[in-house]
Amino acid sequence: MNAAEEREVLVLYFALLREQAGRTRETVVTRAATARELYDELSASRGLALGRAYCRVAVNDEFVSWDAPLRAGDTVAFIPPVAGG
Amino acid sequence: MFLLAELPFDTATLATQLRCEHAGAFVSFEGWVRNHNDGRTVVALEYEAYSALALREGRRILDEALARYEIAAARCVHRTGRLVVAEPAVWVGVSAPHRDAAFAACRYIIDEVKLRVPIWKKEFYADGESEWVNCAHCARHDGHALS
Repeated sequence: MNAAEEREVLVLYFALLREQAGRTRETVVTRAATARELYDELSASRGLALGRAYCRVAVNDEFVSWDAPLRAGDTVAFIPPVAGG
Repeated sequence: MFLLAELPFDTATLATQLRCEHAGAFVSFEGWVRNHNDGRTVVALEYEAYSALALREGRRILDEALARYEIAAARCVHRTGRLVVAEPAVWVGVSAPHRDAAFAACRYIIDEVKLRVPIWKKEFYADGESEWVNCAHCARHDGHALS
């Protein structure tokens, strides 16, 4: 697969990222090949101010590494520092 | 069983559901909304959850507790939405043949839930300000300030 291909993914925002992005979710068409690249891209376009180093990422409702490849139709959720309990 | 609850939960019912004939011990933990944090007066909290993943990860934690400790059953319920001071936010219950395992498993579960489950807490302070807990010092490295 050509890494420069565009793919459509659904992005979910929560908590502080939801406030910074100004939305709970959006469908994006992206050339980002990994979750990391997508976060960097959206950080710039949506003005996300939370450092990626402090966040985790989930694809299709499962935690993955930031290097996880993205596929068309994936649901990507960025996970700010959690504070349950 | 790990559950998210939009409304207050009934702890007596939760405890009863863990009762079983070979369990001689029951241990529970409740997290309540505290009126202070980091020197600030808290008046309310809001919990937000990534439900699909929170349920998965919460269930994984309970399965881990069942595998690691000699316990009969374990449950955890976590609130979402707005809570006021002194309101219960989370409940963990464990039944086991003996108390050592019940205490240890209960501690394990709440510690892991706090560490891993995608639930976020926004604190509302008496001075009118609010803040997402654990996010205050997490700005991007290029120096952008948090909103």
